[in-house]
Amino acid sequence: MELAFYIAAIVAIISTVLAITRLNAVHALLYLIVSLLSVAVVFFVIGAPFIAALEVIIYAGAIMVLFVFVVMMLNLGKAAIDMEKQWQRGSMWVGPSILAAILIAEVAYLVAGPGAAVYGAAAIEPKQVGIVLFGPYLIGVELASMLLLGALVGAYHLGRRTPEKEKRESRNGIGTHASGTAPGGDLVRAGADRPSGSA
Amino acid sequence: MLHLLWLIPAFPIASFIVLATLGRRMPRKLVPVFGVGSVGLSAIVALLVTGSFLSSPPPGNHFTQVLWTWIDVGGFRPEIAFYLDSLSLVMVLVVTFVGFLIHFYSAEFMIEDEGYSRFFAYMNLFVASMCTLLLGSNLLLLFLGWEGVGLCSYLLIGFWYRDPVNGLAARKAFIVTRVGDTAMTLGLLLLFDKLGTLDIQELMHRALTQWPMGSVLPVAAGLLLLGGAIGKSAQLPLQTWLPDAMAGPTPTSALIHAATMVTAGVYLIARTHVIYSLAPAAQLAVAIVGAATLILAGFSALTQSDIKRVLAYSTISQIGYMFLALGVGAWSAAIFHFMTHAFFKALLFLGAGVVIESLHHEHNIFKMGGLRKEMPVAFWTFLAAGCSLAGLPLITAGFYSKGLIIWDAWASTRGSTALWLAAVIGVLLTSLYTFRLIFLVFFGEMKTHVSKRPGFAMMMPCVVLGILSVIGGFVETPEFLGNIHSFGDFMHLALPPMTEGPVRGMSELGSEALVTLAFLTGLYFAYLFFIQKRELAESISRPAIAKALHRFWYTDWGMDWLYERLFVRPILWIARVDKNDFVDYIYAGIALITELFYHGVRRTENGRMRWYAAGIAAGSIIFLAIVLFL
Amino acid sequence: MFALGLTGLLVRRNVIFMLMSLEIMLNAAGLAFIVAGARWGQADGQIVFLFILSMAAAEVCVGLALVLQIYRRFKSLDADAVSEMRG
Repeated sequence: MELAFYIAAIVAIISTVLAITRLNAVHALLYLIVSLLSVAVVFFVIGAPFIAALEVIIYAGAIMVLFVFVVMMLNLGKAAIDMEKQWQRGSMWVGPSILAAILIAEVAYLVAGPGAAVYGAAAIEPKQVGIVLFGPYLIGVELASMLLLGALVGAYHLGRRTPEKEKRESRNGIGTHASGTAPGGDLVRAGADRPSGSA
Repeated sequence: MLHLLWLIPAFPIASFIVLATLGRRMPRKLVPVFGVGSVGLSAIVALLVTGSFLSSPPPGNHFTQVLWTWIDVGGFRPEIAFYLDSLSLVMVLVVTFVGFLIHFYSAEFMIEDEGYSRFFAYMNLFVASMCTLLLGSNLLLLFLGWEGVGLCSYLLIGFWYRDPVNGLAARKAFIVTRVGDTAMTLGLLLLFDKLGTLDIQELMHRALTQWPMGSVLPVAAGLLLLGGAIGKSAQLPLQTWLPDAMAGPTPTSALIHAATMVTAGVYLIARTHVIYSLAPAAQLAVAIVGAATLILAGFSALTQSDIKRVLAYSTISQIGYMFLALGVGAWSAAIFHFMTHAFFKALLFLGAGVVIESLHHEHNIFKMGGLRKEMPVAFWTFLAAGCSLAGLPLITAGFYSKGLIIWDAWASTRGSTALWLAAVIGVLLTSLYTFRLIFLVFFGEMKTHVSKRPGFAMMMPCVVLGILSVIGGFVETPEFLGNIHSFGDFMHLALPPMTEGPVRGMSELGSEALVTLAFLTGLYFAYLFFIQKRELAESISRPAIAKALHRFWYTDWGMDWLYERLFVRPILWIARVDKNDFVDYIYAGIALITELFYHGVRRTENGRMRWYAAGIAAGSIIFLAIVLFL
Repeated sequence: MFALGLTGLLVRRNVIFMLMSLEIMLNAAGLAFIVAGARWGQADGQIVFLFILSMAAAEVCVGLALVLQIYRRFKSLDADAVSEMRG
């Protein structure tokens, strides 16, 4: 069991490192998915099978897929990769690395303090989790659902392409707001003004 | 009657207020009613008070009228109180009477001026301040009057303010007298600190009991007060302002700079005579200042070409005589000379004003001449005053007062031969420049024609003063000439008599004879140079040394030049160097540092997300560190 | 892993990558919770992870929608280009 844990941990770390250093967005996402899967394995080893499943289904399955969708939609071509190459210089890694290193040191110091963990091998059943969810954490569940509702509405609104404005402009001919540019693709013109309201 | 004392300064102050506020809107004829009338009323009150004082003298020969308490803080309690004794009585009488005559004169002299009411307002304020100065029973009230007359002097010198030269002269007067005023303030502080009071009589009493003769404190106090007197009375070394003060209207010069304000210093020293009696060194300083000044100013007066400047230097010189008298302990002689000087010097100025007006504002005596036939009244009055100034024997007031001073310079225990000699030389010089003036202005051929003749208002005061210049001396004559001592006796009610040393070498008769000799010598030389043989004067003045001397004395022994180099330039240099005010950099530095911080902080608000994230990370690290390690 | 995520956040300029790094960080935090829960033998750690998960989902939705808007408006995904709130 412990071996599985260590292997999964190492894989997670390596794939994370690779994920943040890739130039191509899709590559990075794939590496990230690998990282998430290995974390799920870690969860399973620790004794939280329910969460492991959830991790795979929701995190790796839904959220990452969403990422992939958006990346594909944006249709970044080779130009984007060149830009990335240009942006990323070796010297840029110095500062953040230092910050991160200090952070690691602090956390390590904390963890290495008294009260070091001894692995309890007892797994926590999903049933237990469910009971606790419906018990003391009921309100958290409600809040989470409201949060998701809000996210849903916000995402819908933010992702819109303001179709009324386009109709209005095509009716009037010369636009009242936007200067009279040639009607082109939505992506080009719709970005000329801010989305009404804010999320 | 004595309780009417407070009216003497009150009338002019009331008139000042009326004229200052309503003067502009008053009809022109009404202005002199206030201006002249108020001083006239003061003069009448002064006469009444004098009559009362003489007929039924108050106990102790002094009278104090307390009006109210001025300040009351921590044991310091000066009052608005007027103190009348023979000294202040004589001076107030002279000031109001001569002042009234001069105001009367200026009612006609200034009538065409657009600042008519302003002029009278200032003059009335001046008279009020001067009376306050003379009547004040404590040094603080005296100082109030002192400052008041200084202010009025400034205002009146710069009366025609549209010409910047006048403003400059006014500022010069004020600043130079300020130097003296500072010394006086220090003196007042010293007196108050050491003796605990500023009430004059109390002060004198305490000084007598507490300060031993010749100790350093009275010397210091005496010298400081002397500094103030020097400034106000235009003595060496602070005499440079008076000749330039002639830029003011002639009645101003007559009143302020001849008869009254410049004698304020004399009054101060006479009032605080106890301090000087206790401090022989200070008193000697007074005498030396007087002697040096009278000679210096005499030389300067010889070379002037502006009629008023000659008279200005003459004033400086005559006040030197008064200081000399004070310096040898002849207190009453100094006041006697003050009185006669007020008469003839005011008349000289008024006469000069008449001449200037008639010749259409011509000031240069070398452009005048031959006025004797054209303006007889002016001539005879001017002549009377001039003879009195020079000291024509036996029939002029000046002869008696000056002769008394000269004799006292010889005879007093604090006099000396050197002082006497200086005074006699001064007589020669005085006679010389006076008759030079008279001969140049009134004799010879007429160079500028008379365009205007003075009216009654201008001539009447001249005549009155002329009469006084002649008969005013008969109140105090030496032994061999009538032995009248009424003035001296009167003064001795308030001032101690001069202590005479043992008889040595010369009697009073001998001194008077030598004085007369000096007078005649001066008269002769003036006649020689300016009437008979003008060529002689030309030939003397041609060599370079003579020209240099002439220039030297013309510019008042180079004092202006000296002060410019000594004081004015360094101060201007400092001001220029400090133009950016290095002290300011300290305050500017605070702003600068704040600005630096601002620029630094501003760079963190660059809208870049990663930067902000880094900030959050760094912040959390620091936070953790604090929690962990502290 | 948290540190790695933090580094990635600070280094990458592309907003997609920044969002990704955020996910990594969230994941790492959740991992810490689970481990704590397992240590003490309670279900609370998993509960918290659930909440974190749902929150991450919501955040990803909104974040990506914002990314779309940014792209439309600024024509690029450069994080430094959207620094209009500077100041």
